[in-house]
Amino acid sequence: MRGEERNVVSPEGIPTGPTWTGKFFLGADSNGRDVAVRLLYGGRNSLEIGFIATAISVILATIIALVSGYFRGAIDGVLSRTMDLIWAYPVILLGIALGTALSLGGLDFGLFTVSGSSLFIPAIIIGVVYVPYMAKPLRGQVLGIREKEFVEAARAQGAGNLRILSQEVLPNVASSIIVFIPLMIANAILLEAALSFLGAGVQPPNPSWGTMIGDGIRLIPSAMHLTLIPGGMLVLAVLGINVFGDGVRDALDPRAEVRIEH
Amino acid sequence: MTRFIVRRILSMIVVLFAISVLTFLIFQVIPNGDPAVRLGGRNSTPETRQAISKDWGFDKPIYEQYGITMKKIFTGTVVSYSQQINVLDEIKRDLPATFSLAIGAGIIWLAFGILFGVISAVRAGRFTDTSLTVVALIGVSTPVFLLGALVLWAFAYKLQIFPAGGYVKLSSDPWGWFTHMILPWFVLSVLFIGFYSRVLRSNILDTINEDYVRTARAKGLSERRILIHHVLRNSLIPVVSLWGLDFAAVIGGGAILTETVFNLGGVGQYAATSIEQLDVPPVLVITMLGAFFVVVLSAVVDVIYALLDPRIRLSG
Repeated sequence: MRGEERNVVSPEGIPTGPTWTGKFFLGADSNGRDVAVRLLYGGRNSLEIGFIATAISVILATIIALVSGYFRGAIDGVLSRTMDLIWAYPVILLGIALGTALSLGGLDFGLFTVSGSSLFIPAIIIGVVYVPYMAKPLRGQVLGIREKEFVEAARAQGAGNLRILSQEVLPNVASSIIVFIPLMIANAILLEAALSFLGAGVQPPNPSWGTMIGDGIRLIPSAMHLTLIPGGMLVLAVLGINVFGDGVRDALDPRAEVRIEH
Repeated sequence: MTRFIVRRILSMIVVLFAISVLTFLIFQVIPNGDPAVRLGGRNSTPETRQAISKDWGFDKPIYEQYGITMKKIFTGTVVSYSQQINVLDEIKRDLPATFSLAIGAGIIWLAFGILFGVISAVRAGRFTDTSLTVVALIGVSTPVFLLGALVLWAFAYKLQIFPAGGYVKLSSDPWGWFTHMILPWFVLSVLFIGFYSRVLRSNILDTINEDYVRTARAKGLSERRILIHHVLRNSLIPVVSLWGLDFAAVIGGGAILTETVFNLGGVGQYAATSIEQLDVPPVLVITMLGAFFVVVLSAVVDVIYALLDPRIRLSG
């Protein structure tokens, strides 16, 4: 593979594009870093954030929906108003506000701290921002289920709240949760890309598809490959997850809609 | 009706208050976000910083700072930390670009969303429907800023049909305004068209099996009349309420990405740069403005629907 050395960045500092050979297979960016390598590591980061954020959203939203829909009363009031508040805040504004604030200071949970440049920061932010989009419709379903006869029957048998929630209510909202998961992953990856593009997501030098696109856009007329390659991967990944999600929805078919960001 | 308006206004006040507190807290809890440093510059002496803190009230407790800032916002004298320009003047300057973007794109995405949704539903399962579904899926899977960058590259740099970003005032140069806005309009619309057409398609397919549609068909009405007067009138409801929310979000700075890529200098871009500089007052005003539009427009949408459809009652 030791072909002749080629200049992957022109003397003026403009990347020249893919070499299609082993080293610098997809060319280099303006800092002379291998695009193919960054694409792989960036993809890992983007997907990891998408999955971790979705896990956070799903766990929080399920707990909130079960608790507020089942117990009603004051706790429902507090949780629902909190959800309304996050809902009223434009996703992207809330995301960059939290992203900018936390990437400077990091997070301190007492037991452990998360540094500002950690990948967990965007994952946590995206996870939290999307909670109401899932918690609100799920809560509505729980409200309906708690009035059903089988819940009453379980209570008559002497089942406690925890058992009713886990054995009776949760299985009945499980299909909705499953339908939400692919949509959440796709939206989380898109939001990560948007935040990173605006500098409020993955912090350099860590790569992600969003940061790579953001770097590439600055060089757009001269070095198109820097935008096209990570952009293409991002669209393919999100499209794939969306198609998969459509299939899942057709198979399980509750009327689930996820609102989108711009 | 009066009850409805009063309840909506009350809930709006609560939402605005909560949003302003949340925004204030996000920026207040960051450890090295001391606004005195930003006002005085990085090389300012501790004495100057202290003087600035005293002047602006940064040494006071958070709730008092919050009170001072809100008072400034409602008296119209609030200035940004970084440039010390009046925030309301700045937003007034940026609003025309954002309104141009929102109105133009709003019309485009509603029109095409309905058009593609109807075509998909009428041709459900056939080739046209499948290809529209694929296009819609690609549309919702493409990040706005990527699409914007590609469109700029193709139409502004390669073909040179349209200018490469920026905003021109409608009053000074209508044609220039139009050519500057057309790419952002379509780029912002693509995502919504994809989403709305999918929602409308499934709504139409649900409505088409209703009894009153069968009755209409039995009466011998034409398919066209059934579609427009019986099916669409009912299946458009969720689409129009979505439209109200999304339109309000775009006006309230939600189109940050589109505005940034095309350098429109709108409210969203102002919010993005302010957040980068940890400049609390503009972010506070813009988020409250956005929430205000969301509440007002969703109320307007509800009223319109109550007027159109007698079965819908207005509730808080």
